[in-house]
Amino acid sequence: MKVDPKQVEEACKELYIRALKMLPPDIKEGFKQLDSRESDATGKAILGTMIRNITVAEDTNNLLCQDTGIPIYNVTIGTNVAVDGYALKQAIIKGCERATKEHPLRSSVVHPTTRKNEHTSCGRQVPVINIDFVPDADTLAIEMIPKGSGSENNSWLKMAIPAEGIDAIKTFVIDCVLEAGGKSCPPVIVGVGVGGTADLCVHLSKVAATRPLGSQCEDPEGAKLEAELSKVVNQLGVGAQGLGGDSTAFAVHVETAATHITMNPVAVNMQCHSARRARATFTPKGVGYGY
Amino acid sequence: MAHYELNMPVSEEQVRKLRINDTVTLQQTLYGIRDATQIHMFDHGRKTRFDLKGHAVIHTAPNVKWVGETKEHPSGYAPICIGTTTSSRMERFTRPLMEQYGVRIVIGKGGLLAASAKAFSDLGGVYLAIIGGTAALETTWIEQIEEVDLDDLNPESLWKFRIKGFGPLLVAMDAHGGSLYTAVNASAKDKRAGVLAALGVKP
Repeated sequence: MKVDPKQVEEACKELYIRALKMLPPDIKEGFKQLDSRESDATGKAILGTMIRNITVAEDTNNLLCQDTGIPIYNVTIGTNVAVDGYALKQAIIKGCERATKEHPLRSSVVHPTTRKNEHTSCGRQVPVINIDFVPDADTLAIEMIPKGSGSENNSWLKMAIPAEGIDAIKTFVIDCVLEAGGKSCPPVIVGVGVGGTADLCVHLSKVAATRPLGSQCEDPEGAKLEAELSKVVNQLGVGAQGLGGDSTAFAVHVETAATHITMNPVAVNMQCHSARRARATFTPKGVGYGY
Repeated sequence: MAHYELNMPVSEEQVRKLRINDTVTLQQTLYGIRDATQIHMFDHGRKTRFDLKGHAVIHTAPNVKWVGETKEHPSGYAPICIGTTTSSRMERFTRPLMEQYGVRIVIGKGGLLAASAKAFSDLGGVYLAIIGGTAALETTWIEQIEEVDLDDLNPESLWKFRIKGFGPLLVAMDAHGGSLYTAVNASAKDKRAGVLAALGVKP
């Protein structure tokens, strides 16, 4: 299958806008589950408002949250796909810029030291573009994530050591949830990266934070750890918006990678309750949109 | 727990009446302010032409559309999506906002810290929690962007919104030292040891 960069540009524009307006079904289901278990009156009222906001956004065709985030595009290329990689990257950037100017959207992206905003949602190395490859598929998939800053500002890396064991990982995750409090816009998805190098560990925490609710870590050890952490995290009582109750997190997600004999790294990245993502899938039949 | 309808601006006496867990709905006027706005006002010596005395500011940088100045859009901007951001980044600006401009109410998410709590006590102010990430709903409480100042900082300009029924918002920090965040954070820290024990972490 040959992919036309012009089609990619259109899709990347559409994806940014769709992601900002429509929450994925798994997150809506996550809200229902938290709401059914919430015992605190303030927590219950806050969840009710969040759920209402999802409907208002759909009814008024508006953005769920004012924060348009830092745009991230995750591209997965199947074996039988023929695409000019450089043209693909340029098309993604162009699509992101067009969404910002044509909708219009607030450009939340500035130069890190001059703080100059180009009003394109783009800048040096932004949008973030991750590219991966899958076997056999005759498809190219692009996932778009507008990552909000309230949650992204709550990101941590600890280069723990082997002698500290898995206890260091568990303790670090709980301490990060406490440190984040209401700042990361809970209920959150707590993304945990375990292993790898420092940069890979942080990347894994973002993959974990942005994974659909209900999905599991492919590594059985990671799956075991995320189940354990998910079970207890809401006992902390941080609650929705950090105002108390049972709805601190939808879930804790873990992603793992092999690491060095001397290392035991753990990273945490939070995803806020506006856990937005959208997906376009290119097949020989055309482009389809989903989550 | 009481509910108050406040027509902005308000007096010190009105603000000191509010207690944590009360709810408030604002009417008429609300100002939008953000990191860059306050960095420029308090670190770079810039001034605003707006009179913020007795007013409420919300930590925000909205999505807007330039439509040109009309009767319906006197600032030239139409609102698209207006919500809030994490307040604690702007902690150090609470006191100067109150002392230099007479601001009485700060609105945002996630709460402010000890220095702001002190400023609220000393000078008569409150922090109202609005729910982060529910901007589609909050936008329906905004009638118009009346005016804009310091617009070279766009989207972190100083915005003057005309509002209708902006709330209910929760009084999360009051002028008597009360803070829901301090109480929740202390209680969560108390639960840390129990949660770690449940995870099999050795003390």
